[in-house]
Amino acid sequence: MRGWVKPHRIMLLLVALGLVLWAALSLRWDWIPRYWQLGVEGIWRTLWLMALSVLIGFTLAVPLGLAQAAGPRLLAAPARWFCTIIRGTPLLLQIWLIYFGLGSLFPQYPWIRSSELWPYLRQAWPYALMALSLSYAGYEGEVMRGAFKSVPHGQLEAARAYGLSRWAVLRRIWLPQALARALPTLGGETILQLKATPLVATITVIEIYAVAGRVRQDTFIIYEPLLLLAVIYMAIAGIITLGFRWLERRYTPGLG
Amino acid sequence: MLDWIYQWWPGLEASVTLLSLEPPGWGGNLVRGAVNSLIIALGAFFLGCVIGIGGALGKLSGGPVTRDLMAVYTTVVRAVPELVLILILYYAGTDLLNQALRALGYRPVEISGLAAGIGVLGVVQGAYATEVLRGAIQAVPAGQIEAARAYGMTRFQTFRRVTFPAMLPLALPGLSNLWLIATKDTALLAIVGFSELTLETRQAAGSTRAYFTFFLAAGALYLIMTLVSGRVFGWIETRFRRGQAGARS
Repeated sequence: MRGWVKPHRIMLLLVALGLVLWAALSLRWDWIPRYWQLGVEGIWRTLWLMALSVLIGFTLAVPLGLAQAAGPRLLAAPARWFCTIIRGTPLLLQIWLIYFGLGSLFPQYPWIRSSELWPYLRQAWPYALMALSLSYAGYEGEVMRGAFKSVPHGQLEAARAYGLSRWAVLRRIWLPQALARALPTLGGETILQLKATPLVATITVIEIYAVAGRVRQDTFIIYEPLLLLAVIYMAIAGIITLGFRWLERRYTPGLG
Repeated sequence: MLDWIYQWWPGLEASVTLLSLEPPGWGGNLVRGAVNSLIIALGAFFLGCVIGIGGALGKLSGGPVTRDLMAVYTTVVRAVPELVLILILYYAGTDLLNQALRALGYRPVEISGLAAGIGVLGVVQGAYATEVLRGAIQAVPAGQIEAARAYGMTRFQTFRRVTFPAMLPLALPGLSNLWLIATKDTALLAIVGFSELTLETRQAAGSTRAYFTFFLAAGALYLIMTLVSGRVFGWIETRFRRGQAGARS
């Protein structure tokens, strides 16, 4: 901390503070009370969309990575193709394909319309969640492939020699070590996932980006909502970074 | 041959007619959109590389203030969604330019979507390129740079003859990743209404209601772009790695 404070940094901080003061005093913020509640709901929606899609996506990514790193060719080839296709096309296109494509396909089947899931399938968020999860799975499948491969082979052989079953080796040796090695990359990828969430605003999911868009449409105020939006995203990204730093400190020592 | 396939798969014939290049089909629009996407991606990538070289040099050999400002630039751009940055830069950029023009006594201009797209995506790419190139420059053995300086080369000559060629093979994997990001980020310009591949696709799909046909076709176009550029970058990499010590080919 002491090395951080230097004369020029104090000056830069003062300039930054001045900019913030100027923004607070001379820009228009009178719209905030009216949209405050909507904004909190939007932030909440952004957060759970991100968290759930990371969770689902990662659960899919582990078998995808495992299949590519050690699976038989019959499993490895489809897994590789899935990752290539997801990583080779824009997320926006994937979201629109799933929302407009599946959304226009489902109503044609009476058994889907009469099923219990139909009330959910008529809303936009299941499609958004599905597209985000598949995208995260595709990128992280590739990351996990590398992570699984980077675990020294001798450790796995030693574990087998101790008489651990293949499942136990995966659960107690292979997966924890691969996870620890992948953690720094996963942190960056999770921030990328946060930055991908505003795309779902294009399919009528009202998260925080959509709220800012609505303020712009209603009040014709352009910059202020966007600036506040940028600050909110930076704050969330900062929290994610801190969280992953904590995880890394906790789980990466002990890596050989 | 085709008739047999159509009989077996009746939807295919309709899809093929929809995708044909002549007006009843929308294939021409998709191809035009793809060309637009490629132009923007190329422009943004090169602008990003130029900004990246400047940023990396500023971070490595600039004064303390430059270094901190560069850190702020890369941190902010990498933490805020591209979509938000595109909107801010798009509105702020056109606004500032027009205010400057008005102050100088010119009439305000309408910025073309192409220029705005290249500028905005270039600034975003520049932040990532800064980090990639900084890492690559740092990985060049200091002895080589010192030797060049000892030979009496100026700083610029050292950069052009030694640092730049030596760091290029190290930077290429990162740059190829950035290029892939650039091609995919062009899709975001659909949201500010620039008619690149994704927006053309959506318009075609919306007016014909054949969503799967068009989105899958556009996906295939993007996939071709990424696969081909992956090949090209692989080829460039093996070419530039030739002179590198300890390189495996």
